[in-house]
Amino acid sequence: MSEKPEKLIDKKGLRLDGRKIDELRPVKIEVGVLSNADGSAYIEHGKNKILAAVFGPREMHPKHLSLPDRMVLRCRYHMAPFSVQERKSPAPSRREVELSKVIREALEPAVFVEYYPRSGIDIFVEVLQADGGTRCASITAAALAIADAGIPMRDLVVACAAGKIDDKVVLDLMDTEDKVGVADVPVAFMPNLNAVTLLQMDGILTPDEFESAVNLAIEGCKKIYALQKEALKTKYMNTKEEVEE
Amino acid sequence: MSTLVTRVRQRQIGQLIDAGKRLDGRGLGDYREIKVEQGIIERAEGSARVLLGKTEVLVGTKIETGEPFPDTPNEGVQTVNAELVPLASAAFEPGPPDENSIELARIVDRGIRESKAIDTAKLCIEAGKKVFVVFVDVYVLNHDGNLIDASALAAVAALLNTKMPNYEIKDGEVILKAGYTPLPMKSRPITVTLGKIGDKLIVDPWLEEEQIIDARLSIAINDDGNICAIQKGGSGYFTPKQIVEATKIAREKAVELRKKLEW
Repeated sequence: MSEKPEKLIDKKGLRLDGRKIDELRPVKIEVGVLSNADGSAYIEHGKNKILAAVFGPREMHPKHLSLPDRMVLRCRYHMAPFSVQERKSPAPSRREVELSKVIREALEPAVFVEYYPRSGIDIFVEVLQADGGTRCASITAAALAIADAGIPMRDLVVACAAGKIDDKVVLDLMDTEDKVGVADVPVAFMPNLNAVTLLQMDGILTPDEFESAVNLAIEGCKKIYALQKEALKTKYMNTKEEVEE
Repeated sequence: MSTLVTRVRQRQIGQLIDAGKRLDGRGLGDYREIKVEQGIIERAEGSARVLLGKTEVLVGTKIETGEPFPDTPNEGVQTVNAELVPLASAAFEPGPPDENSIELARIVDRGIRESKAIDTAKLCIEAGKKVFVVFVDVYVLNHDGNLIDASALAAVAALLNTKMPNYEIKDGEVILKAGYTPLPMKSRPITVTLGKIGDKLIVDPWLEEEQIIDARLSIAINDDGNICAIQKGGSGYFTPKQIVEATKIAREKAVELRKKLEW
């Protein structure tokens, strides 16, 4: 266990990792990283390293779970045993069950589920290394994996957290800030529809602080959205080159 | 957790809400009738039953001794579990907890934990070794919608009703003595759930409304009127403006609901 720092923001207004209060961690995204999946993406968000894969649309197993008028989304968020300081049991924890549900519900509004009745897609998210904000990075990657699978979407979904550390509202909490900080507000957002598809909070915030945290998180989402689009384009530019060769 | 609602009925509910009305005669911002009873189960350290319209939730608390978490050696432990008991709805099945009951338990847990409702520092017996563990078990007895608010209210009511055993330490062993003291509580968090239908927000959606709402937002408010936990659920979305409006409504409703709790 690392010791708890006294102050999370220094006199110059910089955070433990040297970021300004409204600065994101470095984000790197790659699309189409797995050959067996129908769609996949890999994201590094700070020290988070997360793989997302999509299979489908395909026939539902078991069949009775299929719906006559729409496609069913299934999502499994899972952390590798070595992804955190102390080994995590590979069996799904209650936290993982909850996150699987909220991630699925964050992605679902973006997908035209009515185009694929009686079928389903499986979204698998594997956290290889965790550094705070895994659910957000998972959503960012999973949305790209769905797009990579060629499934029609209303918009991409991008996620980012804001929170409060010491006495300031800050963007994109990393592990220590999440654990020691006052509050954490993860937000998933569809930028073109101005729609929030995931919203959670823990900690204590005044209504004003909460509002500014949500707005700050949305600003962060917009920045990551630019990287998301770039990653998707890069994948298709590479495919184009391969085809032309 | 779905229940069949015919298309005709769905349309009727939707059109009424669009006009600012609801099928059961409530306004968009009204709760159903709420009844809170405490001390229902004598064997439990604390208990409460909440009736929210026809939704019925029973919460029992038990206190045992156990080990603290390594990162909080001086604090007692709080754990919340929820059972969607099969007798509560045709849609509930026996078996291990599914994602709905896990989510319910975790929302109730977060409201209590983040508002620091239980004074866990006072539950420490021997730092790093022995603390009191408070088990909060949510038992859903009848499902007629908005299990989250009913469960959260019942949980806090049960905690306020919970008695801690008196004890003394002899040779490192905890020996229980006669008599009880109330569980040390610091806050009474209230969780308010809003449903979104189109551009309308409704408070306390009941079972049939739950089938047609796009999404829900559950907001926990502490005694100071600050926000201490939030959970969005359902496969729809909220606009940023609706989120701010929802927090405003939740703060007003929390004051109303808190009056149902005896401190």
